[in-house]
Amino acid sequence: MFSFLCFFWAPYSYQIAIHPIFASMRAKTILNQKHLELTINRLCYQLIENHDDFSNTVIIGMQPRGVHLSQIIRERLAEITGNQEICIGALDASFYRDDFRRRETPIEISGTTINFLIENKKVILIDDVLYTGRMVRAALDAMMDFGRPASVEYLVLIERRFSRELPVKADYVGRTIDSVVSERVDVQWKEDKGKVILTNIS
Amino acid sequence: MSSLSVDHVLGIKDLTKEDIELIFKTADHFKDILNRPIKKVPSLRDITVANLFFENSTRTRLSFELAEKRLSADVINFSAASSSVKKGETLIDTVNNILAMKVDLVVMRHPNAGAAQFLAKNVDARIVNAGDGAHEHPTQALLDAFSIREKLGQVKGVKVLIVGDILHSRVALSNIFALQKLGAEVKLCGPSTLMPKHIEELGVEVEYDLKKGLEWCDVANMLRIQLERQDIKYFPSLREYTMMYGLDLKLLNSLSKKIVIMHPGPINRGVEISSEIADSEHAIILDQVENGVAIRMAVLYLLAEKMDRK
Repeated sequence: MFSFLCFFWAPYSYQIAIHPIFASMRAKTILNQKHLELTINRLCYQLIENHDDFSNTVIIGMQPRGVHLSQIIRERLAEITGNQEICIGALDASFYRDDFRRRETPIEISGTTINFLIENKKVILIDDVLYTGRMVRAALDAMMDFGRPASVEYLVLIERRFSRELPVKADYVGRTIDSVVSERVDVQWKEDKGKVILTNIS
Repeated sequence: MSSLSVDHVLGIKDLTKEDIELIFKTADHFKDILNRPIKKVPSLRDITVANLFFENSTRTRLSFELAEKRLSADVINFSAASSSVKKGETLIDTVNNILAMKVDLVVMRHPNAGAAQFLAKNVDARIVNAGDGAHEHPTQALLDAFSIREKLGQVKGVKVLIVGDILHSRVALSNIFALQKLGAEVKLCGPSTLMPKHIEELGVEVEYDLKKGLEWCDVANMLRIQLERQDIKYFPSLREYTMMYGLDLKLLNSLSKKIVIMHPGPINRGVEISSEIADSEHAIILDQVENGVAIRMAVLYLLAEKMDRK
C-alpha cells in the first residue's frame, strides 16, 4: 500500500527512478555488507551444528569465485569454534567441465591447492552462486580424483531458483533468489567485506 | 585468458611470445596433475589423435602418447617401418586414409623438413610437428625453455650455450627461436664444419672454444652428434670431437660458476657428455623428460580448444 502511494505522491523524478523499465537496467543489491555478514554468520552456525569441532571435516572452495568465500567462512569458523587447524583447499575443475570446445571463450584455468588427504573426510564444497549446477558436477568429478571422501556437502551463498540444468541441490544456502537468464549475480569482495549485486546484462 | 594464435603447432617460428607463455601457464597446471595420485583429466575424451612417426623415436613418441592418454584422448599409433609407406603410398594418401577413420589431430615426425607444413596445407586436421628433418622440433624447444624457467625462475636474460651438431639439429633451431622470443641470449658452439653458414643472421653468436662458451653461459644444452644424418665426415674421429667439444667433470669443475646442463636425448655417454655429468646434480635431463609430458599436454589441450566441434 505504501509503495502504491509513493508512486503517486512522490515527485516525478522519483517515479522515473522506480519505474520497472528503468529499474531493470540498474544493478540491484541483493545482500548489502551488513546482510552478507549476517548470512555468513548463520551459515557458519549451521555448519557447526553438523560438524561439531571440524576435526574430521575439510573445506574446499571452488575456483575461481568460491575460494574467497571459503576463506572468510574458515576464518569465522576458527573464531567461533577456536579450532585454528581447519583444513582448507581450492579446487579448479576446468579440465572436468562439460563445455570444453563448446563455449565461445576459452576456459580460464585457475590452480588447485589441496595439501591434505580427503580420503574418509567430510568435505564441505563452497561456491558463491549456484546457477545451472554444471560447475559443481565438474567439481565433484575433479575432487574424486583426490580420493574418496566420507561425505560431501555443498554450500552456496546465492541459489538462483528455476535455472538448474542438472539435478543439483545445495545443503546450505545463504539466500535464494528468483532471476532470469538475462540477469547476472555478482558477489563483490573488498577484502572480507562484500555485497551481492544483481545486474541485467541484456 | 587467451587462446593460441595458430591452428597448428608446426614450428616455434610461427608462435608468438604470448603463445609460448600461455603454453607454459597451461603446462604448470598439467604438471600439478601429473604429480597427483590420479594423473588423468577428461578434457580430450571426444578427440582422437594419430601419432605418425616416419622416423625412429622413443622419448618423443612415448611422451606424446602419454600426454594424449593423460588427457583421455583416443590414440592410434603408426610407424613407417610397419606400414604401407613401404609399398609406395604418398604422405597425403596415408594421412587422408587415417583421417577417414575420424581422427582430429595428427602428431607427426618426418625425416623431411617442411613435411608438417605441407600436411597442414593439404589435409583437414590439426597438425603438431614432432620433428621434421633438420628443421624444427617445437615441443622439444618448449620443454627445454620450460625446464630453464623452472630451474632458474625465468628465461629472460638467461645465457644459453647450445653445443654440438648444430647443422643437423632441429632442436637447435627451435631452441634458438624459443629462447630469443622469451628474451634469453643464445650462443652456439661446435666444430666449424657442423655450424650452418650464415647462422649469425638469426641473431646468435658463434663460439668455437667450448671452455670460453661455458664460462659465459648459465645453461649449456649439449646436443647429440647425429651420425645417422652425416653422409660425409665432418670431423676426423669421435674421440677428437670428445676431446674438443665433450663435457666432462674436470672441465665443469674448472669453471668459475655453476651451470645447468641440459640434453635433449638420446645421450651418447662419453661422447658429448660424460657419464658422471649425465648423472650429476648439474644435469636436469630427467626433469626435461618429465616436463615434456606436461608441455605436450598443454599444446594438445590448447589446440583442441580451438578446434571446431565435428
